[in-house]
Amino acid sequence: MLIDWFTVTAQALNFLILVWLLRRFAYQPVLQAISRREERIAAQLAAAASAEAAANTEREALSGRRLEFEQHRAALLDQATQEAAALRSKLLEQARQDGAAERSRLLAVLRAEQVELELTLAREVRQVVLEIVGKTLQDLAHVELNDAMVEVFLGHLQALGEAERLLLLTAATSANTPVVRSAFELAPDTRARIRTALAALGASDPDVHFETAVGLVCGIDFTAAGHRLAWSVGDYLAGLEEGIDRILEARCRTVPAEPASVPAAIT
Amino acid sequence: MRLSPDEIILWQHGPLKVNATIAYTWGLMLFLLAGARLATRGLRTGGERSDWQNLLEILVTGIEQQIRAVGLNPPRKYLGFLGTLFVFVATANLFTIVPGYTPPTSSLSTTAALALCVWTAVPAFGIAEQGVARYLKSYLEPTVIMLPFNVIGEFSRTLALAVRLFGNMMSGSMIVAILLTVTPFIFPVVMTSLGLLTGMVQAYIFSILAAVYIAAATGSGASVPQPDAAGRNPGK
Repeated sequence: MLIDWFTVTAQALNFLILVWLLRRFAYQPVLQAISRREERIAAQLAAAASAEAAANTEREALSGRRLEFEQHRAALLDQATQEAAALRSKLLEQARQDGAAERSRLLAVLRAEQVELELTLAREVRQVVLEIVGKTLQDLAHVELNDAMVEVFLGHLQALGEAERLLLLTAATSANTPVVRSAFELAPDTRARIRTALAALGASDPDVHFETAVGLVCGIDFTAAGHRLAWSVGDYLAGLEEGIDRILEARCRTVPAEPASVPAAIT
Repeated sequence: MRLSPDEIILWQHGPLKVNATIAYTWGLMLFLLAGARLATRGLRTGGERSDWQNLLEILVTGIEQQIRAVGLNPPRKYLGFLGTLFVFVATANLFTIVPGYTPPTSSLSTTAALALCVWTAVPAFGIAEQGVARYLKSYLEPTVIMLPFNVIGEFSRTLALAVRLFGNMMSGSMIVAILLTVTPFIFPVVMTSLGLLTGMVQAYIFSILAAVYIAAATGSGASVPQPDAAGRNPGK
C-alpha cells in the first residue's frame, strides 16, 4: 500500500504546523517590514510632492521676479544707453568746440609770434639798413657836397613864407645866440653867405655861432630860440627811420587781439 | 526497490512511527524555520537591506503577485496557506540535489496529505468568504444536474493533485536511481537537473491549482487582475 494513513495524518499536521511557523516567523515580519517601508516611501513621496509643489510655487515666483528684473534691467540699460549717447554727443561737441578754440588761440599766438618776429626782423633790418645808408652817405659826403647842401639851405631860406620868415626872424634876434651846425667845417665865405642870408630876412648883424656836428652826416642845421631849420642827410635818415617806425607800428596795430581764454575743463 | 520513503522506518512504537518521509519533512521544517529566522533577523525598513531579507522579500512578494494574478484578493489572506504550500514543495524538490536525500513529495502519503489540506481549505475559504449557503449553492451551478459531477470533481481533482505530484517526483527519483545502476556518470546529473526543473514546475502547478480551486470556491475567479484603488495594477 503506497498510502500510509498515519504518515498522511502526520504530514498534514506537519504542514499545518509549518504554515503557522512560516506565517509567524517569515510572512508577517516581512510583510510588516514591507508595509512600513511602503508607508515611509508614501510619506516621503507625499513630502516630495509637497516640496515639489512649494518649489514650483517658488519657481513661478522667482520666474516672475526674474522677468520683472529683466524688464527693469532692460529699461535701465536702455536709459543708460540713451544717456551715454547724449553725453557722448555733448562731450564730442564740447571737445570740438574746445579744439576749435584751442586751434584759434594757437593760430593767434602763432600769428602774433610771426608778426613779432617780422617786426623784430624788420627793426633789425631797418637798423642795419640805416646804419649802412648812414655809413655810406657819411663816406660819400664831402665838403663840396656839404657846400651844395648849404646852397640848398640858403635857397630854402629865401623861399620861406612871410609867417615863417617872421617867426625865424624873431628867433634869430632873441637873446639866445642862433647856432648853425654842419657836418663839415664851413668855409669863411660860406659862413658870410649864411649871415647875409639871415640879414636878408631882416636881422641886423646877426651873431651866429657855427658848430660842427658829425650826426648830420651831410647838411646844415639852424637852431634859434627853440626854432629849427635844417636840411641834412641826418634829417632824411631820421625821417626815414620815423617812417619805417610808423609802418611797423601800423603793422603792430593790425595784429589780432588775444584769443578767448581756454574753456574750463569738461567735468 | 522502494517506491516510497514511507517504507524506511526509523523508529516505531506501536502505531506511532517515524519514517523517512516524516524525518525529512521535519528536517525541511527546521531548515525553513531557521532560514526564516535568519532572514527576518534585523529586518530593515530603509533602502539598504541584507541579501537574506532581499531574497525573502522577493519570494513573498512574488507569491503575493501570483495569488493576486489568480484573482484572490486580498492576497495576504491566502499567503500563509498557498505560500507555505509552494515553499514546502519547492524546497522538498530542491533538496534532491543532495545525495541520499529522498524528497517527501515522492511519498504518496505526503502528496495526499497536502491534497487533503487543499481539499479542506477550499470549502473553508469558500464558506468564510461567501457563507455556507452560497458556497453549497455553487455545487448546483450551472444546474442541479451538475451536483454529482461537481462533487466528483472535488474528489477527483484532489486525487489528481496528489497523484500528479507524487508521480512526477517518484518517477524522477526512480529514473535517477535506475540510471545510477546503469550509467553512473553524466546521465544521473542530467536527470537530476531535469528533476530540479520538474520539481519547481510541479511546486508551481500544485500551488497555482490550489489557488485556482480556492478562487473558484470564494467566487473570485477572475483571472484578470483588477487595478486597486490607487490605480496600480497589482498583477504587475
